[in-house]
Amino acid sequence: MNFDFTTEQKEIKELALKFVKNEIIPKAQEYDEKGIFPKEEFKKAWEIGLINTCIPAEYGGAGFSNVDSILISETLAYGCMGMNTSFMANDLALLPIVIGGSHEQKQKWLTPFTENFKIASFCLTEPNNGSDAAGIQTTFKDEGSHWVINGNKMWITNAGHADLFVVYGTIDPSLKHKGISAVVVEKGTPGIELGKKEDKMGHRSSDTRGIRFNNVKVPKENMLGKPGAGWAIAMATLDHSRPLVASSAVGGAQRALDLAVQYAKERNQFGVNIGKHQAIQMMLSDMAMKTEAARLLTYKAAAMADQKIKNTEIASYAKAFAADSCMQITTDAVQIYGGYGYSKEYPVEKLMRDAKLIQIYEGTSQIQRLVIARELLNK
Amino acid sequence: MNIFVCVKQVPDTETKVKPSGDGTFIDTTSIKWIMNPYDEFAVEQALLVKQTNASANITVVRVGSVKDTEALRTAMAMGADDAILVQADDNLDSYMIAKALKGAIDKSGKKPDLILTGKQAIDDDCLQVPQLLAQMLNLPSVSVVVGFEDGGKLKLKRETEGGSLEIYEVDKPAVVACNKGLNTPRYASLPGIMKAKKKPMTEFKLADVGVSDADRRVKYSNFQLPPEKPPGKKMDATDTAKQKDVVKQVVQLLRNEAKAI
Amino acid sequence: MAKILVFTETHNEHVKTVTLEILAKLSGHSLEVAAIGEISATGVQELAKYGAAKIHKIKGAGLEKYSPEGYANALKDFISKQSYDYVFAGATSLGKDLFPRVAGSFDAGMASEVTNFVMDGDKFAGTRPLFAGKCYAKVEIQGPKPHFITVRPNALGLGTATAGAGAVADVAGNAGAIRAIVKEVVKSASSKVDLTEANIIVSGGRAMKNADNFKILNELADVIGATVGASRAAVDSGYAPHAMQVGQTGKTVSPSLYIACGISGAIQHLAGMRTSKCIVAINTDPDAPIFTKADYGIVGDLFQIVPLLTQEFKALLGK
Repeated sequence: MNFDFTTEQKEIKELALKFVKNEIIPKAQEYDEKGIFPKEEFKKAWEIGLINTCIPAEYGGAGFSNVDSILISETLAYGCMGMNTSFMANDLALLPIVIGGSHEQKQKWLTPFTENFKIASFCLTEPNNGSDAAGIQTTFKDEGSHWVINGNKMWITNAGHADLFVVYGTIDPSLKHKGISAVVVEKGTPGIELGKKEDKMGHRSSDTRGIRFNNVKVPKENMLGKPGAGWAIAMATLDHSRPLVASSAVGGAQRALDLAVQYAKERNQFGVNIGKHQAIQMMLSDMAMKTEAARLLTYKAAAMADQKIKNTEIASYAKAFAADSCMQITTDAVQIYGGYGYSKEYPVEKLMRDAKLIQIYEGTSQIQRLVIARELLNK
Repeated sequence: MNIFVCVKQVPDTETKVKPSGDGTFIDTTSIKWIMNPYDEFAVEQALLVKQTNASANITVVRVGSVKDTEALRTAMAMGADDAILVQADDNLDSYMIAKALKGAIDKSGKKPDLILTGKQAIDDDCLQVPQLLAQMLNLPSVSVVVGFEDGGKLKLKRETEGGSLEIYEVDKPAVVACNKGLNTPRYASLPGIMKAKKKPMTEFKLADVGVSDADRRVKYSNFQLPPEKPPGKKMDATDTAKQKDVVKQVVQLLRNEAKAI
Repeated sequence: MAKILVFTETHNEHVKTVTLEILAKLSGHSLEVAAIGEISATGVQELAKYGAAKIHKIKGAGLEKYSPEGYANALKDFISKQSYDYVFAGATSLGKDLFPRVAGSFDAGMASEVTNFVMDGDKFAGTRPLFAGKCYAKVEIQGPKPHFITVRPNALGLGTATAGAGAVADVAGNAGAIRAIVKEVVKSASSKVDLTEANIIVSGGRAMKNADNFKILNELADVIGATVGASRAAVDSGYAPHAMQVGQTGKTVSPSLYIACGISGAIQHLAGMRTSKCIVAINTDPDAPIFTKADYGIVGDLFQIVPLLTQEFKALLGK
């Protein structure tokens, strides 16, 4: 067993960290407060190769492993979980193409993302269907050479800026999950109606909207895999994306821990810095243990995906544990900062708001436990 | 056109520095090393020159310990073509480093047209190597450079006191020591990191470049932390009603106690 | 008794204070001073008062204005004809640029920017900060003589000195070939002394919020004769130019009085200003690390405190 990163991985991490310190952290507070979409930072990160890490080398990508990808994602999230949601959403949207697309589809939609800065959106969740993904109501109607899409999508990351949407729907609701399919919709296709930007508790710099697909016609060849293959693609995507989302939580947790440790050394109460008080020491130790445990689970899930070992169960451990830990750790960071922690002048309250969403999106912490239980009981 | 960029690896600016047990240097065990921040401007300037002169070859040279060759790899990931590492301890003096750099440049077989460095290394803060190297190579040098144009002759802006500028016209080859403000160093890119793996790195020992312990000119000892200041007086002026009194008090203390004004 | 040359620069009618600091500290040794170009009568008086026995004014073609090679060639020429044990200079912008070259031309060692030193008999031993002042070490020079030393302005302070004869001599200097020529000098709009030589500094941090707000620092600086500086955070945010940056990747300073306004006190900044003799910090955060280094800390909003300070100093100084 080897816990070391390769020299390149260390360099990738250094580069990402430098980028985060120079470009992300100085902007995070302001973008959060004003809800500014980090387009400039997104583009700069793309220029140095930190975005679209899932694209294989043969389609112009860097050919990163899952471990490489989460190393980058963890580091970007260390700077801002909200901005990382925007950055990561490209991968979440492109992964179904990587997993379920044909050679021609990959050339058509993945390669342009390596040549120019582009943004993608992943459209699965609906107003009435979140965790119950199989109950999807958006329909794909077969009209000979076209599919016609009708339906509403909700909480779509990057929606207002996307050049490309990967949309899940059903060819026949009565088929349940066997009817689920995925199509690629390009920006500008008539009938795409964007909702207003959501005013969220956290991740305020990421652009989240509802989208209505109103008789949107896409060519037949835009479907990924066969009609009805969507469910399998979605499930395989989750095995890759859950470690990615978990890594965002690890990055956020590490930031909260670092800030809390620094503050514990600066803040004086009862004549000594508060780090000298056992009550604070206990909290910091718990935060550190949980951060590292979450990190190990996350890297294990990614390493398994790299080794093509089925990782569904471990990926769910990672997603749930990292998200829940991040929530706890950021809450404790606010507690250690005391009154200052509750103020927007200090960075920790934002972390606490941002952490909450990671327990909710990409499969709630409860859904992860259902997945785990199912895997446990069906062995 | 041969461009040499001299870089140094130094402890990260956020590092807490501790003297080593015997006081002859700092404790380097848990230090994170980075490329000297001023050297990044030198690397960037070389890359900018190369953008207008594609045939230019950029060689990065470093004198230092081999436990880590991060600075050279970073420079190559940014776009430098090849690298020379002169293996040596991290506590050489400026004279030895300049002599080793000269030796490495001589040994490379490439005649330098331009040598770029940072204006100072943020470890020993001596600001000697660029000028010493120029003197040893019998070349002109300009330090603390914040403006660079190459039109046959170099037109350089050197920052002096209070932000004043000296505008130089310089014959090449020359040694140019770069300051912050000259340019915005690019990030190494991820494809750049991968490419850097395949770029050639030549390694020399200190003796190979003609430097020995007899070249040491400056001897350091007794490294220690600066004396801690006793705690000062902290006054609360968050309440607007009290502000005037607090300020009055501080001004009086500055005059009568600290005699600072 | 060592034979020592102190290189001086002039500023208007006066010689730079750092020269006098060095002379006073070396009292009792055989002291000569050299300048390139003219020294006013006032300057000569100051030098004599602080112990200069001989004062050399090196003049010649190509030496009308500074160039690293011209000055280095002329000094090399001059120094070779004497037998100095040590050559001292201020670690000024010019001194830092010039002296490594001169030392190099003798293959001699140089100690940069010492903040203190002792002469044990004839043997120099200096103290200098490294890692921007996070560490100090003893520095000694070995190898061929003369040995070169630059001294940080304001660090020694003006000690008492025994007056010297102050005999003035003109020396014909030779600039030699100059391949890096100063074509033009663009004076900064600010008439203030450089940060590294300033006796009082008022610095602003990220909390200044924008470049315009620095005018309240300028107003305070005008009243107390200070130079305005900035933290790296303020420079990186574009509120101030890099020439104003105090800290590890900016300028290292040691004024008599340093007033930090809205600067939290990152380790890089503290490294650059911790040797200031008296530090005043103004910050809203009572736990800001800057307060651990401050002699006088004011917890409060700089936008309210700084104008009050300006007012109080005006009253105190009768302006």
